[in-house]
Amino acid sequence: MSPTNRTVVVTGIGATTPLGGDAASTWEGLVAGRSGVKPLEQDWAAEQAVRIAAPVAVEPTEVLPRPQARKLDRSAQFALVAAQEAWADAGFTGKAGEDSSIDPDRLGAVIASGIGGVTTLLDQYDVLKEKGVRRVSPHTVPMLMPNGPSANVGLAVNARAGVHTPVSACASGAEAIGYAIEMIRTGRADVVIAGGTEAAIHPLPIAAFGNMMAMSKNNDDPQGASRPYDVARDGFVLGEGAGVVVLESAEHAARRGARVYAEAVGQGVSADSHDIVQPEPEGRGIAHALQNLLERTDLDPAEIMHVNAHATSTPAGDVAELKALRKVFGDEADHFAVSATKSMTGHLLGGAGGVESVATVLALYHRVAPPTINVDNLDPEAEANADIVRGEARKLPVEGRIAALNDSFGFGGHNVVLAFRTV
Amino acid sequence: MAATQEEIVAGLADIVNEIAGIPVEDVQLDKSFTDDLDVDSLSMVEVVVAAEERFDVKIPDEDVKNLKTVGDATEYILKHQA
Repeated sequence: MSPTNRTVVVTGIGATTPLGGDAASTWEGLVAGRSGVKPLEQDWAAEQAVRIAAPVAVEPTEVLPRPQARKLDRSAQFALVAAQEAWADAGFTGKAGEDSSIDPDRLGAVIASGIGGVTTLLDQYDVLKEKGVRRVSPHTVPMLMPNGPSANVGLAVNARAGVHTPVSACASGAEAIGYAIEMIRTGRADVVIAGGTEAAIHPLPIAAFGNMMAMSKNNDDPQGASRPYDVARDGFVLGEGAGVVVLESAEHAARRGARVYAEAVGQGVSADSHDIVQPEPEGRGIAHALQNLLERTDLDPAEIMHVNAHATSTPAGDVAELKALRKVFGDEADHFAVSATKSMTGHLLGGAGGVESVATVLALYHRVAPPTINVDNLDPEAEANADIVRGEARKLPVEGRIAALNDSFGFGGHNVVLAFRTV
Repeated sequence: MAATQEEIVAGLADIVNEIAGIPVEDVQLDKSFTDDLDVDSLSMVEVVVAAEERFDVKIPDEDVKNLKTVGDATEYILKHQA
């Protein structure tokens, strides 16, 4: 097989999310239909219009040594926690080189973030104003730079084939995984650790997203606030955390006898060129990305049994995505079990594509589609276009090869669709 | 009142413990910040700023490079503290 169409597989997963401190507890929470959304208890929250969010279930400082954690932005802490889990889960016993089954020159890292080290930037600006120039941390620049999580993960595993940071708002995590798939497919690397991270639960991003009217103000019912496809949905709930996968060429994985969760079939990409923040209401850009996926891969629509939708719980976006799926796949969309896991995790922005790829891979591996919670009154436009998994998890077909999609779209009109399938 | 040598070493030990996680008893006069105490170049700036505040002393950037060991820093602070 030529290096331009090598098969890529997922051999490791890791996550730290509002539902759990690792991939297993996150998956358990998703299948159980548990919400990770809570009231914001911080003093600054009192004056906000939005007073709910989905913080991580396990503080990264409980996992990382303190001297290491204090030199990392919270987004990099999440990335490192998820990456360490994914790396060990893939069966590596040390950094590349220390573990002789992996050559550092053939290992890449692609970890994305939508906003980067925003809490470091803002906290250090407060230090500057309150305590003066001399007190600004010398670690500020490597902490706030958006490539900080990727660089730190690359250092942790000794990645020397390339360390990258795609930025496309809420599509960033998916774009990172798509980029990683192509690094392997085009022969630049044999193994790439990839995913997304975000840590933006801070008064400024919450005030700003709130003023855009992008977020739910359902402060009285935190666990019911993220409600994709429900007629009463009123915006997303901000989540935080990271999701990371280890991607590997099938030959490399076979050579070292690695467990394979799923094949990473490929990505479809497009841009709306419609509006800086509003989704194109008919989902034309999304349809273009789905068509791009079909043109660039050998994905068989008849095998697609599950979609981890982008569905953030906004009035316009949720339905536009479903229209695009129907437009591109026609009657084949009837057998897509569509899940909006943001109903439970909230919206992790640049971390979403990472966490939802982990969820999609596990949905295939266990052949179970997690539920969409809080759909009390299904939007008729959603019902007309898709089969939404509501309330409880649903078993997927146990026989034969099945495939799943993970959609991610970002402010700026970025559309990234990833496809995975069972092996 | 000016700090004694013993107080300065104890103070530096607290600072290094906070920044690099090294046990306070390991912070001795002969220890090198970078080679023995896991203090990288950026963390050294943190150590210096914390020491300036604690011991009411100014340590200009050009002098920091001469502070290789805990002994160097202790001597500098003893000599320059207000």
